[in-house]
Amino acid sequence: MISEPFAAGKSKIHQVDPRIKVVFATAYSFIVAFSTQFPALFTAVVLSFLMVCLTGLNLWAVAKRLVVVNGLILLLWLILPLTYNGDSLLHLGPITLSRPGVILSAQITLKSNAILLALIALISSMSLVTLGHALSRLKVPEKIVHLFLMTFRYVFVIENEYLRLVRAAKIRGFRPGTNIHTYKTYAYLIGMLFVRAAARAERVHQAMRCRGFKGKFYSLYRFPPKSINWVFSSVMTAFLIGLLYLEIVF
Amino acid sequence: MNENSYPIINLEKITYSYPGGPPVINELDLKFYHGDRIGLIAPNGNGKTTLFHIIMGLLKPASGKIEIFGKSVREERDFLDIRRRIGLLFQDADDQLFSPTVLEDVAFGPLNLGRSKEEAIEISRKTLNFLGLAGFENKITFKLSGGEKRLVSFATVLAMEPEILLLDEPLTGLDNQTRGKIIDILLNLDISYILISHEIDFLAATTKQIYTMENGMILSDEKAYIHKHDHIHQFGTIPHKHM
Ligand SMILES: Nc1ncnc2c1ncn2[C@@H]1O[C@H](COP(=O)(O)OP(=O)(O)O)[C@@H](O)[C@H]1O
Ligand SMILES: [Mg+2]
Repeated sequence: MISEPFAAGKSKIHQVDPRIKVVFATAYSFIVAFSTQFPALFTAVVLSFLMVCLTGLNLWAVAKRLVVVNGLILLLWLILPLTYNGDSLLHLGPITLSRPGVILSAQITLKSNAILLALIALISSMSLVTLGHALSRLKVPEKIVHLFLMTFRYVFVIENEYLRLVRAAKIRGFRPGTNIHTYKTYAYLIGMLFVRAAARAERVHQAMRCRGFKGKFYSLYRFPPKSINWVFSSVMTAFLIGLLYLEIVF
Repeated sequence: MNENSYPIINLEKITYSYPGGPPVINELDLKFYHGDRIGLIAPNGNGKTTLFHIIMGLLKPASGKIEIFGKSVREERDFLDIRRRIGLLFQDADDQLFSPTVLEDVAFGPLNLGRSKEEAIEISRKTLNFLGLAGFENKITFKLSGGEKRLVSFATVLAMEPEILLLDEPLTGLDNQTRGKIIDILLNLDISYILISHEIDFLAATTKQIYTMENGMILSDEKAYIHKHDHIHQFGTIPHKHM
């Protein structure tokens, strides 16, 4: 089950217009992703952490998310310093650590964590539904937005259908193994899942037609102007300029 | 049957089969009058859902005549108007609720009918209140319980202010409390409807006539005299066995 643990909250950041958060989160991520200088990258991590604190999220829950990503990054640390070409930083017996490899790994680590923290602070602090509506107000094509929202809506239904099929197989004694019978059963399960998803889509479309659907969606969401939007935009703009300055000057 | 002389739904000799299958609906006749409340009881697979979908124009019969509100309907275009005046409650609430939040889903119909946002929200709130769902506006549809989903689906249909309701097994999978609620709602509604259910007690409480379906046809209580003998109970004209 997908849950949205960070979406509910009463912090200042939660109250900012979601559209503005999406725009700044995107700009911030791009700038961090293209930065290479360590002063800029370290500052970005600190700024992102500041945003998370301002959002008032449970730091423990945030840390758990970071662990997942940093697990992958750990793999990079195991591979890049050993394999990257360039002058060596350190010899440990037969092993040579390359300087560019270490630098690259460090950059990736800082960038990923900075971007992830910023996205948790700015994007996870709204529900997926709100995000969908914010995207649609930002003129992201309607079809994409509705694909996004409908996927979110029906992922659970399809998950349930999958679990039902698996249960049906299990109660009749199905034990997965490495044999043709297992592969065939999984093929059937997945095939059935597609068939059911298609049938479901057909019925949903019928239900929509019954309610007068003519191909156009309407959004009920309103994003009223608030002073917090200006404060947030000013601070974020200052952050962005600061990061660019650090990146270019050093 | 009722005060008005012409049927608001009139099906004549409707035949329908799914691709490559035998006729599910076979020369079916149905006359439905203003104020009618018909119960439809028949075993699974007898074409009840199919019949509803034909009335809504979701399935096209191979032959036969459909007249609704005194007008012959054929094309998709004709059915657009029918669909705003007849509300179909689907058998599976997950088919009906596709919007992420309850308010959006209930407002979807009114918005399609050309209402403004404010009007649509107003209608939706009223409908939700009427069904005892006040405060559900911003709930996420897929996180609702089965009974809540059914009631919200019902709200999405009622929000279109239909003149006729077609209810496809509205009680299946519901707990007793929600069942009671749906029965109350039906009894309080001033609206004509056809109700599919497997529960004769439910139909006895909420409908005036009970029909059954067999071999792709509707058997009304006048036609379906399977037996006649000395015992009294309600709807004894419906084919049934005593053992
Ligand atoms: N989409 C479909 N494609 C093919 N056959 C179908 C489809 N839907 C229903 N049927 C068949 O049509 C018959 C009547 O179905 P249905 O109208 O759903 O019955 P009921 O609602 O009375 O249980 C069943 O035998 C069923 O197998
Ligand atoms: Mg059915």
